[in-house]
Amino acid sequence: MMNFDYVRPLTVAEAVAAASEKGATYLASGTNLLDLMKGGVCHPRRLVDVTRLPGLGRVEYLADGSVRIGALVRNADLAHDAEFVRAFPSVAEALLSGASAQLRNAATVGGNLMQRTRCAYFYDAPSACNKRWPGAGCDARQGENRLHAVLGWSEACIATHPSDFCVPLVALDAVVEIEGKSGRREVALEALHRLPGDTPERETLLDRGDLIVALRLPAEARAFAAHARYIKVRERTSYAFAVVSAAASLRIEQGTIREARLALGGVAAKPWRARDAEQSLAGVAPDVAGFREAARIALADAKPSGDNAFKIELAQRIVVRALTLASAGTPTRIPALPGSPFSSGVRHVA
Amino acid sequence: MSLELTRDPAHLRHGSNIGQPLTRRDGVLKVKGQARYAADNHPAGMLYAVIAVSTIARGRVTSLDVDAAKRYPGVVDVMTPSHKPPLAEDPDGKPNPFAFKMELLQNDEVRYANQAIAVVIAETLEAATEGAALLSPQYHTELARVGLDGAESYVPPVVGIGNPAVVQHGDVDAALAGASNRIEATYETSAQYHNAMEPHAMVAAWEGDKLSIDTPSQGMAMAQMRLGGLLGIPPGNIYIRSPFLGGGFGSKGLVSGPQVLGIMAAKLVGRPVKLVLRRDQMYGPVGHRPPTRQTLRIGTDSEGRLTAIDHHAKVTTSTFDDFYEPAADASHTLYASPAIKTSHEAVRVDSGTPLFMRAPGEATGSIALESAIDEIAVACGMDPLDFRLKNYAEVEPISGKPFSSKALRQCYAKGAERFGWARRPLAPRQMRDDDGFLVGWGMGTATFPALMFQAQARAVIRSDGSGVMESGAHDMGQGAWTALAQIAADGLGLGIDQVEFRSGTSDLPDAGIAGGSAHTATAGAAIHNAGAAVIAKLADLATNDQRSPLFGAGNTGVIAREGRLFRRDDETRSESYADILTRAGVAEIEASGGGAADPAAQSSYAMHAHGAVFAEVKVDPELGQVRVTRLVGAFAAGRIINPLMVQSQLFGGMIWGVSFALHEEAVMDHRSGRILNANLAEYHIPVNADVPSLDVLTVDEHDPHVNALGIKGVGEIGVTGSAGAVANAVWHATGVRVRRFPIRIDDLLTGL
Ligand SMILES: Cc1cc2nc3c(=O)[nH]c(=O)nc-3n(C[C@H](O)[C@H](O)[C@H](O)COP(=O)(O)OP(=O)(O)OC[C@H]3O[C@@H](n4cnc5c(N)ncnc54)[C@H](O)[C@@H]3O)c2cc1C
Ligand code: SF4
Repeated sequence: MMNFDYVRPLTVAEAVAAASEKGATYLASGTNLLDLMKGGVCHPRRLVDVTRLPGLGRVEYLADGSVRIGALVRNADLAHDAEFVRAFPSVAEALLSGASAQLRNAATVGGNLMQRTRCAYFYDAPSACNKRWPGAGCDARQGENRLHAVLGWSEACIATHPSDFCVPLVALDAVVEIEGKSGRREVALEALHRLPGDTPERETLLDRGDLIVALRLPAEARAFAAHARYIKVRERTSYAFAVVSAAASLRIEQGTIREARLALGGVAAKPWRARDAEQSLAGVAPDVAGFREAARIALADAKPSGDNAFKIELAQRIVVRALTLASAGTPTRIPALPGSPFSSGVRHVA
Repeated sequence: MSLELTRDPAHLRHGSNIGQPLTRRDGVLKVKGQARYAADNHPAGMLYAVIAVSTIARGRVTSLDVDAAKRYPGVVDVMTPSHKPPLAEDPDGKPNPFAFKMELLQNDEVRYANQAIAVVIAETLEAATEGAALLSPQYHTELARVGLDGAESYVPPVVGIGNPAVVQHGDVDAALAGASNRIEATYETSAQYHNAMEPHAMVAAWEGDKLSIDTPSQGMAMAQMRLGGLLGIPPGNIYIRSPFLGGGFGSKGLVSGPQVLGIMAAKLVGRPVKLVLRRDQMYGPVGHRPPTRQTLRIGTDSEGRLTAIDHHAKVTTSTFDDFYEPAADASHTLYASPAIKTSHEAVRVDSGTPLFMRAPGEATGSIALESAIDEIAVACGMDPLDFRLKNYAEVEPISGKPFSSKALRQCYAKGAERFGWARRPLAPRQMRDDDGFLVGWGMGTATFPALMFQAQARAVIRSDGSGVMESGAHDMGQGAWTALAQIAADGLGLGIDQVEFRSGTSDLPDAGIAGGSAHTATAGAAIHNAGAAVIAKLADLATNDQRSPLFGAGNTGVIAREGRLFRRDDETRSESYADILTRAGVAEIEASGGGAADPAAQSSYAMHAHGAVFAEVKVDPELGQVRVTRLVGAFAAGRIINPLMVQSQLFGGMIWGVSFALHEEAVMDHRSGRILNANLAEYHIPVNADVPSLDVLTVDEHDPHVNALGIKGVGEIGVTGSAGAVANAVWHATGVRVRRFPIRIDDLLTGL
């Protein structure tokens, strides 16, 4: 049998200790990890089940206006938390655009951040994959790769990070709280995921034993609540990963964009923050010309990694769309088809 | 077996059962989880078998670590090419045209990815699964041949079931040369896998040379024949229970290799064995719809009258067997053209053998033909419906035979009216909705042959006045338990609750194969005839008995209704079944009946169901994402036995059409030949949010020629027409003609 130990620690310290051994992996709801184990992609020697850890299942609204989300909060619970939706509507919309209702009911915040790529060759154990087997080569590079990365990829790996949730989070300067062998530390979510370079097997900056305990959104992120959207193009209307997605948040004062936040999903090994594009928007009027320029800047460094040049064009158009929708104002309710271009109430740029 | 019926008032109808919209009689069982599917069975002492499958597409297995697997706790045995029960017949033989070659561990050869290379049998499913992983096969790998350009092509000997690969009628080239309007276009369709909800399963138990199996089957008698041949036992020694199938779509029409492996495993270990395919293991050994590349050349005169249709299809098949998707044959029957040519070429690739998948040939051919008809209508400056009406085939184009019935004109008219087609602007990209989405309207013609196979049924009337009808039919979810019971009730002149309908096991009379959309027609005809035969016997008893009020009426002089026989010329004189039998001192009488096509009618008439499908799509003008928002289908399919079941079949078919046009595609690595999306997360089919408001209309059709009941099939026709309608609507919305299916955002984006 693919034998492994299963432990269910009751304190964070025990969890960290248990996971600090070679071959140990945290198990949250398992919606990703168990599939990987069954497919022969991951072979953990020890599963450290974190779902019973105390205190990680809360959403706390702190006095300074920030919010702290425990790593075990379920995706669905967060997306339906009324205060959270009011303050961070694009994050809720992104969550609800992901997976299916059943999966969202199970999936945890920590698991969502740490989910692995959907690169089919990564999942296909007989294929060569540098992520699974450093140095083995990358079968995606010359393979069926129309959905692979167009930004930040390397010859070693062209996979994308699949999370929807992470895209608005990274735009809004989310911070990850990590408990490790040497205590607690914080990193910007933007720094959590790494680009592949020559070491695609190192996907995040977590070290062995590091446990994500919480995610924080700073008070400043609330300032975008009136103009925040997440838009995701998929190959069917629901229950599909993003071909490309974008989260746009604007702070508009007197008809001028004061501050813009922009991030892309499905384009790189990490949720892709487009800072230069954000800069270009600051101080301009929220109009199509400015949005197009921002889109151009956001994708300026993009290059196809295979049969996927269309994603560069598509990404620019999604950026324009997300910005257009954000500038029109956050809808009073999350649309019935969250993140979908087909959510109603949208007037297109002709 | 017979169903425990519910006493829902909806079932308490008297008089004519045919035509009533009864809800499915097995519905409550299914909702309660009490309907027992093959894999739900656990005979005492049962072991679990798991197949190990190849990860290469071509080559040989050079080693298997059988010892490692055997050492694993719980593993009982490992079946390999060198350790397996003998077979009486070569699984690579072709005892009949419906026998397809299968991998039963006859050697170490690997001919496609996901082929079974060993079977591990264990006390638990987990142990068997782990044992299969421990085999760690080593291979000698050869370069896989993948895709439509993977090898040299050739002209196949036949396509479909014995159809000629090339059919020529008139001079297509000359007609094209002289045509006023012409189009030539090439369309590609993707490989698709059936993906029935229920995976193929086998629970097998041997007793001496008798075999009892639970397995989903669309054709139990054929399965008995095939299994009997392979196993070297009389087909009658094989007892199959197949009361419910969780979908088949053609993939359960013929027994597949893994199902036979389950039986062999049971033989090997001398205990009952269960073998169930994993989802990913269904992408290989159970058939699929091959990819196609189809070129259509169409010409018309200056008034938009067709002068030529040339339909050429390239398809893949396996390297070791012959099934050729008859895609181009879709052009044989629909449109009147003095010159029609259809031709096929094939490529042998390292895949499993493609097989029948819901509307095999009709579906692939239809999306290409209906797209091309749309393109030529555009070239002629004509509305696509006007174009189709102008080229309406009054007789079957190539054969010249009259249609046994063809209410397609009414389908066009009714469907168009319901849809609002008259308001459609001719030019593309003219319509937007309030939100600015591009809106497009497209249509397609649906057609499917009205086939019949052969079936038997046995009818009984008992002295308590109740009836029994037996026919080993197959309910794949389409509603055979219900529709056939309705026919049985009418055939026996009883209410449906007075009839015990026995079905779903192989010891009953052979109901033929549930395929080709022919099950209701074929088994229905047998049931109808068995009913008529037993009523005739009953009438004999009564009319020859002086004590009966029917005495002297003669066989033809009575009618059966509501459990009584009435004198035809004087309905005040009647007698109940119970009285007739009781007086005669007979506990029950029985008779048999058969159903089969009438060769005379078949040679005189062309027999097809028809339909017209209208689609509305919305397309995001910048992002290219497509959504179908409306589908209206009007179908003429002979007599409708149960409007609810028929509607569901047509809904399902139309949803398959949406899937074909926009979603469904097996992605195969062009080097390894492995399928990269062999799971239901990434093999996209429509989810609820992709299924629009569906509207199905049926048009009355009284067809005196197809069979006594006038039934044509409805199982497959819904796919045809619908896929093309969606594709044409995408063009109408955007002005971009995508000729590769499913339509991808990549293909739309640049043109938007
Ligand atoms: C069919 C399907 C469709 C999906 N579609 C989408 C989609 O459209 N969009 C989308 O964004 N996602 C999608 N997902 C992915 C889904 O969001 C993830 O599977 C889920 O969020 C993972 O959460 P989990 O709690 O189950 O994590 P697990 O599977 O338990 O863990 C995932 C990984 O995270 C690690 N981990 C978990 N918790 C912690 C922690 N606290 N600290 C450190 N490491 C941790 C685990 O070790 C493991 O490596 C889909 C998944 C499936 C199966
Ligand atoms: S793209 Fe990355 S994950 Fe995919 S096969 Fe290559 S190395 Fe592996």
